[in-house]
Amino acid sequence: MNLNDFLQPLTLPAWIVSLPLVAAGLSVALPKIGKPAAIFTAVATSMLVVMLGGEVLEHGTLQMQVGGWPAPLGISLHADGLSAAMLAIACLIAAVVTFYAASYFGPETSPPTFWPLWLFLWAALNALFLSSDIFNLYVTLELLGLSAVSLVALSRSAEALPAAMRYLLVSLTGSLSYLTGVALLYAANGTLDLNTLAAAEPGSPSISTAFALMASGLIIKSALFPMHFWLPPAHANAPAPVSAALSALVVKGSFYILMRLWLTLFEPLINPGTANLIGLMAAIAIFWGSVQALLAKRLKLLVAYSTVAQIGYIFLVFPLTSMPAAGQTAWQGGLYFVLSHACAKAAVFLAAGNVIYSVGHDRISELKGIVRRLPVSMFAFALAGVSLIGLPPSGGFIAKWLYLNAALTAGQWWWAVLILFGGLLSTAYVFRFFSRAFSYSTDTVAGRPVPWIMEWTAFVLASCTMILGLTAPEVIQLFTAGQPF
Amino acid sequence: MDDRQQKTDEFKTLVDFETKFNKMTISLLYALIGVVLLGMGLYRLVIDPHLVKKILALNISGAGVFLFLVAVADRIPGAAPDPVPHAMVLTGIVVAVSATAVALALACRIQEIKGTAELSENEPE
Repeated sequence: MNLNDFLQPLTLPAWIVSLPLVAAGLSVALPKIGKPAAIFTAVATSMLVVMLGGEVLEHGTLQMQVGGWPAPLGISLHADGLSAAMLAIACLIAAVVTFYAASYFGPETSPPTFWPLWLFLWAALNALFLSSDIFNLYVTLELLGLSAVSLVALSRSAEALPAAMRYLLVSLTGSLSYLTGVALLYAANGTLDLNTLAAAEPGSPSISTAFALMASGLIIKSALFPMHFWLPPAHANAPAPVSAALSALVVKGSFYILMRLWLTLFEPLINPGTANLIGLMAAIAIFWGSVQALLAKRLKLLVAYSTVAQIGYIFLVFPLTSMPAAGQTAWQGGLYFVLSHACAKAAVFLAAGNVIYSVGHDRISELKGIVRRLPVSMFAFALAGVSLIGLPPSGGFIAKWLYLNAALTAGQWWWAVLILFGGLLSTAYVFRFFSRAFSYSTDTVAGRPVPWIMEWTAFVLASCTMILGLTAPEVIQLFTAGQPF
Repeated sequence: MDDRQQKTDEFKTLVDFETKFNKMTISLLYALIGVVLLGMGLYRLVIDPHLVKKILALNISGAGVFLFLVAVADRIPGAAPDPVPHAMVLTGIVVAVSATAVALALACRIQEIKGTAELSENEPE
């Protein structure tokens, strides 16, 4: 048997899930190999995801029946353009953050549980993006939530522990609500497979109830206003690599499931009222998150509240797609928001982590002239800030451009006004930090030097937001492969 | 003869209908109890400040959802119960046990640090 037998295109999804999972298991048993195992996983998973992307571009979709059992009985893994794009962004960010964390946690300061938990988180994300079975999605949601909560609690500080506890309680409540929806859908249709469910007749009352339960569970887990209260303390008090992964990827996991369900099951039974309710919550999220970011005293808290606002932007996709003419453009805009926000927010959190690593705190008022101490990190922060505001040539600009197009095509000009106004607000909170960081100060902020790899990983992610802006046609070609929309 | 056959048939359908009806109401009752448990658990989860009570409340909600799933197994009245919801409940129990373990470990740590296993309204951020 040679390597080619193992690495057939059809088995790629299984490899992408099991590689981080096996590495996680090994690093539980042998804590010493945690770091090398994670670095190996980062390199190998990147190669596998690139191969999967190629397959999806060529064939549209990739379906794998695990253990040879077909869909109604067995669990199938399913990859199309949407899952490939999510896997790719998760892999990019997780790989870069792995290198950052390898340097961030020195040999003495490394908590022994970080690497296994990190790899479990990665495996859960990959499984989530590849599952097409609503109960399997529940299991991946729980795996993701439990590893994320444990990672938040790693620092064991008086701020991090209550934040982790609150996050856990909220996350479990959301999953229970989702699971009740799964039970209702199974009761009505007798299947858990998404593609089989899609063929079932829509419109029965139990399906509407299932939608309400699943959507509210996933909205709680994605921290859309008014269910955002748990996010800022959890994301702001986690170690820097964890904050980056949580804000960039974990909240997107539950959004991805909602998007999938919406596309395959619920679209026919959404009335404009439901879509506009989500739109209203998104609008308040943009406003409230930005104002809180403007008022935040600590840099990481500012960044975490910016996530609350950006989640609002991402959820705007639902009211925008409710008009058939604008549907395609709006979905593309929403996915572009997910991708560019993931890169930008991970870069910003890593840069903020560098500030804390160097200076020992992140109180904005005491960071005057920090750019002289951390030029690369602050440049990365600025580049990512451009994407958060939505200026060309960043990925954030493409996302807003697609949204504006969709809003105007659908004749819903008020969303366009909101998108532009939100851009002004994000400019305000980004520049509030810049005005201090880049201001001239005679005495440099005291601090220790930051390893070059930590500064440049932040820069790599920030430049990816620009690459996303410049390669828009290719990216859109990838995520429309297999026609997920 | 034909008449008699018809009468037995009628009787059979009637009995059949009754067992179906009984089974359905019983599974419906279980489903309703499940939903009530879910609601009770969520209520306590929100209003009780003590962490252990919150964790217990979540477990009660979970039990409610599991009961609901067990009732769903009786989807087709009269037929043998569907094994898939049972498998879901088993998986769900495993998830609930691990989640409870993490929650209790966190609650213990919070008790050690703050001297009380409660979340206050205004945590330091």
